[in-house]
Amino acid sequence: MASGIKDKVAIIGMGCARFGERWDTDADGLMVEAFDEAVADAGIEVAQLDAAWLGVGFDAQSTGPSGIPAAVALRLPDIGVTKVENYCASGTESLRGAVYAVASGAADIALAMGVEKLKDTGYGGLPTRTRGSRWDMIGVTGSAPGNFAQLASAYGAKHGIDHLDLKRAMAHVSVKSHANGAKNPKAHLRNLIDIDKALNAPMIAEPLGLFDCCGVSDGAACAIVTTPEIAKSLGKTDIVAIKAMQVVSSNGWEMQGDQWDGSYLHTTRVAAKKAYKEAGITDPRDQLSLTEVHDCFSITELITMEDLFISQEGQGWKDVLDGLFDADGKVPCQIDGGLKCFGHPIGASGLRMVYENYLQLLGRAGERQRQNAPTFCLSHNLGGMPSQNVSSVSIIGPLGI
Amino acid sequence: MDVGILSYGCYVPRRRLQRDAIYQANKWYAPGLGGLAKGEKAISNWDEDPVTMAVEAGRYCLDGIDRSLVDSISLASTTLPFADRSNAGIVKEALNLSDQVMSADQTGSLRAATGSLMQSLRMGSNALCLAADRRKSKVASVEEMNYGDASAAVLMGSGEVIAKYLGGYSKTIDFVDHYRETGADFDYAWEARFVRDEGYQKILGAAISSALDRLQISGDSIAHALISVPVRGVPQKLAAVAGIAAGAVADTHMATVGDTGVSHPMLMLALTLQNAKPGEKVLLASFGQGADVLVFETTEHLNTVNQRQAELMQPGLPDSNYSRYLFHRGLLDIDKGMRAELDEKQPGTSLARDRKTVLGLIGGKCNETGVVQFPKTALPVNTTSRTVGTFEDYPLADRCARVISFTADRLAYSPDPPSYYGMIDFEGGGRMVAEFADIEEGEAEVGRKMRMVFRIKAFDELRGFRKYFWKAIPAQRGQS
Repeated sequence: MASGIKDKVAIIGMGCARFGERWDTDADGLMVEAFDEAVADAGIEVAQLDAAWLGVGFDAQSTGPSGIPAAVALRLPDIGVTKVENYCASGTESLRGAVYAVASGAADIALAMGVEKLKDTGYGGLPTRTRGSRWDMIGVTGSAPGNFAQLASAYGAKHGIDHLDLKRAMAHVSVKSHANGAKNPKAHLRNLIDIDKALNAPMIAEPLGLFDCCGVSDGAACAIVTTPEIAKSLGKTDIVAIKAMQVVSSNGWEMQGDQWDGSYLHTTRVAAKKAYKEAGITDPRDQLSLTEVHDCFSITELITMEDLFISQEGQGWKDVLDGLFDADGKVPCQIDGGLKCFGHPIGASGLRMVYENYLQLLGRAGERQRQNAPTFCLSHNLGGMPSQNVSSVSIIGPLGI
Repeated sequence: MDVGILSYGCYVPRRRLQRDAIYQANKWYAPGLGGLAKGEKAISNWDEDPVTMAVEAGRYCLDGIDRSLVDSISLASTTLPFADRSNAGIVKEALNLSDQVMSADQTGSLRAATGSLMQSLRMGSNALCLAADRRKSKVASVEEMNYGDASAAVLMGSGEVIAKYLGGYSKTIDFVDHYRETGADFDYAWEARFVRDEGYQKILGAAISSALDRLQISGDSIAHALISVPVRGVPQKLAAVAGIAAGAVADTHMATVGDTGVSHPMLMLALTLQNAKPGEKVLLASFGQGADVLVFETTEHLNTVNQRQAELMQPGLPDSNYSRYLFHRGLLDIDKGMRAELDEKQPGTSLARDRKTVLGLIGGKCNETGVVQFPKTALPVNTTSRTVGTFEDYPLADRCARVISFTADRLAYSPDPPSYYGMIDFEGGGRMVAEFADIEEGEAEVGRKMRMVFRIKAFDELRGFRKYFWKAIPAQRGQS
């Protein structure tokens, strides 16, 4: 049995570019913006980096292939830069690569960068693209909202939830994230909305309306990681440590088998169980201080709270309406606005979530700082489509707890 | 042993464009069309063409029949999508017929379908004769009011025929009542009065009489005269001249389906056989640079097939969306948006590798676990087995499915928005995420019974190719 990653790696610096429709800059500029903040935070020289990882979701639109774009943009010191792509978990995969490099002893200090330049596509939503020659003959070329909207149909049917009740719970998710995003100077969408606006928005993919869908943004976020010992030698006192990093990829069980009912995320459940074990968490609803989950769509966030075992199966929509996940609720979710309002530059999103948890742990979150001192902070990504996806669950917290 | 018809089928698309909708849009320009602005015509969806429509008719025709008995397949049409790629060959793949069948496309005249029936009788083997047309017509033309889309199928052969072939008569005369140059979109037609007098009466009328004389059958013994002429009154007049009773003249279905081109005589045959009784004589006559006349006599085996074909024609859905109709025929340049710019290039290599998966909807059944999956993969989805190559062919196209999850997507590009799709589970095992076709608002729901249909998946407009695959449609009542 693997001993796990808990407390073996510390985050000593993080940075995040302002997310949004960044007509003013390209992927290089976004990466520099995040990187400069992280290097200053870490208090290291760039020359001290031993290795780097770059997460990008749509490289054709963003950076082009390979890790070279990060090496060039950041003028990295002749080190290996590995590009990773794993749908919306790409940013988390970048961090996982850097964390594992440090934990293995192969690197003392490593960089995880995530970036996405989406707004060069010319239209809203994610770009349509090929999924390989066989898929293109037999798969459905739908949209991301269309793929995730199906969760709502299966979840509602399974638990016998009235269509309007579910719609209201989904609207509550988005109203909450807009309220949180309004307090975040780096967020893409900073406007408040009310429940009626969410309910009456134009339909994108039934039952998801416009406000059930997250923003498609340009952005970058990054982390500099090292060992706790090196962190201490650099003079760090409040050390934020990695508690767990788990990624699970669908093996076709959902789409080709016959047991999945379409109402939940199998991979998230498995990743969550593994992550809780790795971090030593036995009661997530009680022990998790903050959650940053993959709220690509309101229904995804709602169902994810069940898949993370915070809500009982079939009860997540009631917890949402009860305010459990509001900024002042017991387990706040997307206190920074989430994908919904902070924005969703694919390759950066996983790192942006960790960035928020990192700020909250260090008491640096400004107006949106959670008053209770956070301990375990969870971030979650979900890439692909519910029927075939990659899911990640990462947990960070103060070293030693 | 008797030769003749072993089975039949037809397919009439669900949407029925109201002729008045065409007229209302165009009466400012062509008020004279008012006289034709009655009834409706069947129109195929954006993802249908003669190939897909022929598949559907073929499936009805072969329902309950061992497909290995089919020796040859032909597809008659004047609007075949491919000039060089066997269109009948595509249908053969979709119907999962044996690789050993002969195949031929029949084209060039509105008589192409009756021609293929006559040819098959001379071959003496079991021949699946298909006909389908999807003709374009100019906006505000008489053709636009008249032309409908449909397909039909007849399985010809020997043995327990449902209609015995008594004989036929054929005539070829290069009489140009209308024509369409190769590659052109529209027909060019001569004055209707000229065609009626010199074409229908002199050529077709004479052919009917000659056929009856040659076969020594009196006109009044014909129970069903199927005279495929889409002009009101003409079939009745030709029948009267040949001594056929007025009551025997079959409906041309112009009020409900329209003039379906090459498939029309075969469509009339299918719809007539469905209501015929054993021991009746059926005369089928078609016109097009000459005439074909075939005479059959139904047998006691007709009832068995007719019971099977109870759901032959699905109920129509009245449609008044004229601009959608034009767009689906390439006659209206709607702004499709950037999402429609996805490159749909089809690698020939992958189509060759996955021919059965894509065109035949063949999945696999694991011979170790019995688990069905789509598509086949090197390793089965059931991870208890690590053996490679355990899948046996498992056709899914004719199995019903149930909806597990779905959406109506207004973001993804679709020529018929919103784009419905979802996960479906087949009865007996196997699942897939499928596009839903021919579905109206309120018809999608979890648990809904669906039926698979062969359709166009996408067009590669850059390279002039169309990709075919299977989609799910709501099963109509009674379909199994």
